[in-house]
Order: sequence, then structure tokens, then C-alpha cells
Amino acid sequence: MSGFDDEIYRDELLDHYYSSPRRGRLEQPDVAFEDENPLCGDRVRVEVKLANGTIEDIRFDGDGCVISQASASLLCEKAVGKRVEEVNRWGVKEVLQFLGIQLTPVRLRCALLPLKVLQVALAIPEKKGWSSAESPRSDSDEPRCAH
Amino acid sequence: MNERTTTPVRDTSELNQLEERVRRLRTDFPILAREVRPGVPLVYLDTAATSLKPVRVIEALAEHYRQRSANVHRGIYAIAEEATAAYEAAREKVARFINARTPEEVVFTRGTTESINLVALSWGRANLRAGDEVIVSELEHHANLVPWQQICRQTGATLRHLRLTEDGELDLDHFRQLLSERTKMVAVSGGSNVLGTIPPLHEIVRLAHEAGALVLVDGAQSVPHRGCDVQALGCDFLAFSGHKMCGPEGIGVLYGRRELLEAMPPLYTGGEMVKKVSLTEARWNDVPWKFEAGTPPVAMAVALGTAIDYLSEIGFSFIEAHEAAITRYAYERLQEVPGLRIWGPPADRRGAVVSFSIDGLHPHDVAQFVDRFGVAVRAGHHCAQPLHELLGLRATTRASFYFYNLAEEVDRLVEALQETVRKLVRRL
Ligand SMILES: Cc1ncc(COP(=O)(O)O)c(C=O)c1O
Repeated sequence: MSGFDDEIYRDELLDHYYSSPRRGRLEQPDVAFEDENPLCGDRVRVEVKLANGTIEDIRFDGDGCVISQASASLLCEKAVGKRVEEVNRWGVKEVLQFLGIQLTPVRLRCALLPLKVLQVALAIPEKKGWSSAESPRSDSDEPRCAH
Repeated sequence: MNERTTTPVRDTSELNQLEERVRRLRTDFPILAREVRPGVPLVYLDTAATSLKPVRVIEALAEHYRQRSANVHRGIYAIAEEATAAYEAAREKVARFINARTPEEVVFTRGTTESINLVALSWGRANLRAGDEVIVSELEHHANLVPWQQICRQTGATLRHLRLTEDGELDLDHFRQLLSERTKMVAVSGGSNVLGTIPPLHEIVRLAHEAGALVLVDGAQSVPHRGCDVQALGCDFLAFSGHKMCGPEGIGVLYGRRELLEAMPPLYTGGEMVKKVSLTEARWNDVPWKFEAGTPPVAMAVALGTAIDYLSEIGFSFIEAHEAAITRYAYERLQEVPGLRIWGPPADRRGAVVSFSIDGLHPHDVAQFVDRFGVAVRAGHHCAQPLHELLGLRATTRASFYFYNLAEEVDRLVEALQETVRKLVRRL
């Protein structure tokens, strides 16, 4: 069988999926944001506590596939203690590094959802906890639906 | 909504008999000879998304471009006339296939989605007013929901939703309550692409017509599997896609009763759909050409005709018997997978579609994991988000079948799912 999938479903990622220490809510987050990947229904919420431009504490919640949830968990692990500017510079490369795998374009969308959610949260510190309904969504997030 | 947990009672003798022919038919599909990865044959269980194409249809496309690559209706040289004749012959085939009164009742479109939009936008704009009502069911594909939402918003008409029963079937008592003199259109699927539900179309048409409403049938999932006799059914519009019935993408059909089509304004305007044009105005062509502005997908229409010939040779009696048997088999075998729940009506009252969820697993992971065994199933909301909300689910995994599927492919799916559960599910 292809080693490719075995990597995705290796124990480390399943650990993040089933029992992430970062899953949960913060008592009083400074910013929070939640969104979903409309194509497959992955949902991720990220809550952040900030201190002088640094991510002091961070939690995620949501449901979805192993990739989206493990990616959220790893992202939280890596983001804690980092400067906001640095996290804002992260992209595909960093997310794949955290996950330690290659992904097909469809699954990449699952993997990138948590970073997008976090970056939107960090962009709107003055407005706590936007709902996805008010979010400035990029067109590429629109569902592609033809079957 | 009910989940199903019946104990398997398996009698596969009928299926085994039918499979002799299935094996012969499979040789018509070149793609079934390929491996998805070295040593892993393709197990295609996603016909509800699009069907595989037989070699004859693939050849028909190529042959059209080899022999008759010319624009229709405009040329007077030999190959242009041949192309026009082939295009119109395809229309005649479609008309015979659905038993339309005349070929003029058959409009070629890009597919079901465009067919439904055409009716919603053209008929809807001309006929819907504030106070009017359109009824759709809760199980509709987005293609038979969103166009009605839009046109109701634009015209001030009200969209009403026909409820489902616990079994995922249409609640006809509720339908009788919804119907009134305000009802102008009932748009309903001939088969659910998620639950496999087969709505009682005859009863729906009868009740709607009694109330003075028109009926549009979304035949995307029903025409490929059971055909449709529009005169016997009495529906006013029927929409379906070529690509789900062994034909190519990019071609679909809107059937409409002639007097309705004639009264409808064109949706697109431009070349081909006009009789006479001056600098300031234009007179529309006759139906169906009035709705076919621009150069149509000629080769695709011709190849759809070939697909119809192919399906007709196989015969819907065989297709239906085999699908009933393989669906029942899948329904029973899938229950062997720990934590698996099937959504929708019981096996004897559904089309060749089985959507399920597995406790503790996201459908995406299920679909990706079974892909390693070459098994192609679909994960997601299958363009029926409201229905999934009703089920309390974000997504499901769906296996769907056609006359080329074998019981052993269902076995592959079940083994792959069992392996998925063994590898991925952690009991917390
Ligand atoms: C029930 C139903 N209606 C409409 C459609 C849309 O068909 P198309 O994408 O070919 O326009 C589909 C396709 O999945 C369907 O299953």
C-alpha cells in the first residue's frame, strides 16, 4: 500500500486528532475566530490570548478530518510564544512542515484551514470573536459543488 | 432520522446470475481495465457523481470530430449538414427515450443544473409573483434548491419545503397540506443522491396538478437508472445530465411541455436562437432552438445519443434488477462494519446509493483510507447541505452503483472499511 497515506494516518497525527492537549477553550481569549471548509465540513475555532504582540496562550476546538484537526493542534503547539508578525508570515510551507507530510490539493485545504482561521483572528484584535458569517472570506474558500 | 440495523439475511443467487452479464458489460469500459496504482485495480463506486463511459461513447465523440467537425444549422456544405443531422438525430433519440411528444420538447443544455436554472429564470421570472409558492423537498440537491431560492427572492414568491419522514422519504401528508391555489411549481428529485430515496413521482404529479401547480422533476439520479416516460408521468419539466448515464459532460436535457416552452422567454440571447434580427430588435426562433443560443455542444449531444442507444440495448429491466440486488447486498454487508450507520430508506425502497457514517471517523478520512484499496467513494455533503443538517451531520461517505458494479467490489469496500476502522478508530 502507498506509504503516502500511512504517513497521514501515522500515530503521531492520530494522537493530535484524538487527544490534543491544545483542544479546548480559553477563559478569556483576546481574539477568537471560527470558520469551516465548506467543501467537506471541517470546522475549526481558534482562541488566543495575547501579550505585547506575542501569542501567550492558544486553544482550538472543532471537528473534521484527521488532517484539519491535527493541523490545528500542531499549529497551536508551534504558535504559542511566537510573535504575531511571525505567525502572520506562515503559509503552506510551514503547515506542511508541522504536519511532516505531503498533501494533495484537496487535503491541503483541510490542512490550511486552522492557519487561515488563526490569521483572521490575529488580524482583528479589536473585534473579539467574529462569527464566520461576518468574516471577510476569500473566494477560494467557496464550495465547489458539481455532483 | 432512522438508522438501519437489520440482521443480514443474504441470498446472492439472484445477483450471481445477473453478474454473468455484468462481467461482459464491464469489458465495454476501458477505465475498468486500469489500476489506480500498481497492483491496485479501480473499484468505482461513485456513479452518483458521474458514471463511467463505455468505449462506444468515447468513440462517438472522437468520430464526430474526425468526420463531422462543423458548426450546426449554419453551413450548407456536406459535413455541416451531416453535423446538423447528427445533432438533431440525437435530439430525436432523447425524445424517444423519454417518450416526449415531439423532439421540439427537448432542449439541449449543459446539464441538470443549467436545465433547472433555465426553468427557474425563464418560466419563474415570467410567472411567479408575490404570494405565489414554490415547493421543493428537504432532500434536494443544491441544483434543485438554490435556483428556486434565488427566483423566489427576486419575484417575491415564497419557497416552501416538503418535509421528510423518519425514513427519509417524502411526507405526502405534509405535501397535501402545503399544496394550495398559491402553489405554482413543485420541484422535486426523481431520486436522492444522498439517501437513495425514490419519491412517488406519479402521486406527486397527480396531487400537484389537482392543485393547479406545475411539476419539475430533477431526473439527474433517476433517468440514468430507471428512465422516464414523461407522458405516462405527466410531469411538466424534466431535467437530467448526460454524464451520469454513460454520456459525456457538458450535455444535458431539459424536457418541457411544448406549450410551456413556447410561452417562456429565452434565457440567453445571441446567435442561433433568433429568426430575424434588425439593429433594434429580434424575433425568437422556434422551440427548442430559442433556448439554445450560441454554438451547442454538438459532439456531446451526439455521444449522448450513443449512450442512450447503449442503455436501451442493456434495458432498464436488467439495470433495475441488478441495481436492486447489488444495493441490497451492499446494504447488508455494510452493516458488518463496526459503528457504521446507513442513512435513508430500507434497502428495498431505495436507488443504487448508500450513504453512511462511521462512529469516530470523519468521512474524508474514510474516503482517503479506502482509496488505498482502489475504492472510489465520495465524502462530503454531496451538494445537499440542508439534508445533512437535518441528519445532524456535516458530511457522509457515499457509495453508489451502476450496472457495471460487481458484488466483489462491494466486498472490497467492506474489507477496506473494516481495515479503516481497525487502523484509525481509537476507542477513547
Ligand atoms: C439529484 C441531483 N440533481 C442535480 C445534480 C446536478 O447535476 P449536474 O452537475 O450534472 O448539473 C446532481 C448531480 O450530482 C444530482 O445528483
